[in-house]
Amino acid sequence: MHGRSIEWQTGRVVVSEAIGMRSSDNSIRTDSAILTVSGLSKEYDGTLAVDGVSFQVGCHEILGLLGPNGAGKTTTISMILGVLEPSAGSVTIDGKSLVTHRHQALERTNFTAVYAPLPGNLTVRQNLRVFALLYGLSAASERVETLLREFDLQPFRNTKCGVLSSGEQTRVALAKAMINRPRLLLLDEPTASLDPASAREIRSRIREFAIKEEVGVLWTSHNMYEVTEVCDRVLFLSHGKILLEGDPKTLPGEYGKATLEDLFVAVAREPLTLED
Amino acid sequence: MLVRVRRISAVLLRLFYLLRGSFARIVPLFAWQAVDIVLWGFISRYLNSVSSSHLNFMPMLLGAIVLWDFLVRALHGVIIGFMEDVWSRNFLNIFATPLSIAEYLTGLILFSIATSLVVLAMMVLLATAAFGLSLFVYGLMLVPFLLMLFLFGIALGIFGAAIVLRWGPAAEWLIWPIPALISPLACVFYPVSALPSSVQWLARLMPPSYVFEGMRQIVEGRGVSYASMAICAGLTLLTLLLACRSFLGVYRQAIRTGLIARYTAETVS
Repeated sequence: MHGRSIEWQTGRVVVSEAIGMRSSDNSIRTDSAILTVSGLSKEYDGTLAVDGVSFQVGCHEILGLLGPNGAGKTTTISMILGVLEPSAGSVTIDGKSLVTHRHQALERTNFTAVYAPLPGNLTVRQNLRVFALLYGLSAASERVETLLREFDLQPFRNTKCGVLSSGEQTRVALAKAMINRPRLLLLDEPTASLDPASAREIRSRIREFAIKEEVGVLWTSHNMYEVTEVCDRVLFLSHGKILLEGDPKTLPGEYGKATLEDLFVAVAREPLTLED
Repeated sequence: MLVRVRRISAVLLRLFYLLRGSFARIVPLFAWQAVDIVLWGFISRYLNSVSSSHLNFMPMLLGAIVLWDFLVRALHGVIIGFMEDVWSRNFLNIFATPLSIAEYLTGLILFSIATSLVVLAMMVLLATAAFGLSLFVYGLMLVPFLLMLFLFGIALGIFGAAIVLRWGPAAEWLIWPIPALISPLACVFYPVSALPSSVQWLARLMPPSYVFEGMRQIVEGRGVSYASMAICAGLTLLTLLLACRSFLGVYRQAIRTGLIARYTAETVS
């Protein structure tokens, strides 16, 4: 028997120290949360896709949301983005409730996901300019130029997004995700379909962004090496509930596993055995 | 307020970018209306030459087709703007921004206003230059005529967008024929009394039927019934309200079911 037990009744992990938030010097911070998710549930035709999930993301923190396919990661992200109405629970972004202050909450949020490519029939500059205005930016052109420089997109500024390579499209999607200087950044498998060199570059950029800016990042990935390298803290979702929570570097050892990938496989195959 | 304007301008700017860079989008904007003007211009000219009546078919038929195509253009302005987001699977990106539904629809309507006015100008120029038609024959009533037809076209466009949002991209094939489906009851070329009495009540529920009746009354030298125009205005506003409510209802349902987050041809049956 290794490590901690899991309280299935509430869907929450009984780990009191887990909400600690790491700053750039890796110390625990006590800043107010950028994202607070409380008792979030989503039911489809009697099936609970997400079941009473609660967690926080702090300033400068990168939180990994892990779990097998169908665990409820994308459903959770959709609810945080306001494009899916929860059956129960609440989402608060930078102190703004998504229900009562939707506009203010979404002004502080942005995302990128492999299943939401930017329109391929607009150029890189056109797409960024449109999204700058959608987020209500006053100096849209200046912000677009800055991002084109920061993400090495100047050679592609007048290229339609649809003809860019996967790596280039990911860079454009990330530039779009940064356009409103979000307080909360949601990244749903941001490095999927990238070669290792491009993936490393993207990880490095996001890590740097999380350190420099007053931002919290929620990251989903199936690449456990990447999660270990990037995330300050991880949540394991299984069947819509949070099963485990902790530091990705120490969590496998606490459950008698050698690597985060081994732990992931155990969660995916036999989540109940982790109680033994 | 300024932020709202920026978000609305984003919807407009995206459609402008698409239009500006695409020959395939610009040509259909004018082509079918131009063909209609030429076709009905010759028909009107021919009927004037063979008819023994004192009726002038030019404002009655060609004028009617200019007004009808203006309505169709208003409808298409909204639908095409909406379909651009469907075709590029852009719903998740745009609805995860602070953009509200009212702002989104306002952007589509402004795009429709811009394209409809440009196409109207083209149609009037062509009809005047080629066939000597002057819309000024309708006098000041031209303004409410155009306004009612435009608002009804917008309402149909929003209703069509709600249908596509509810039943998926394949439902676009249901909405393109809407103008053709309603045209018999809109009484574009003939009076409501020409219809079988069993369907005349349906025609009287169609705001365009009042506009085209009024247009014919002016051409025939009779006065326009202001009561009829008031009914037309009421029906038009009611249709617009119902269309907006139906779109909002479908959107809210899409948010509840998660349709917006996974909107593709494959996920919507």
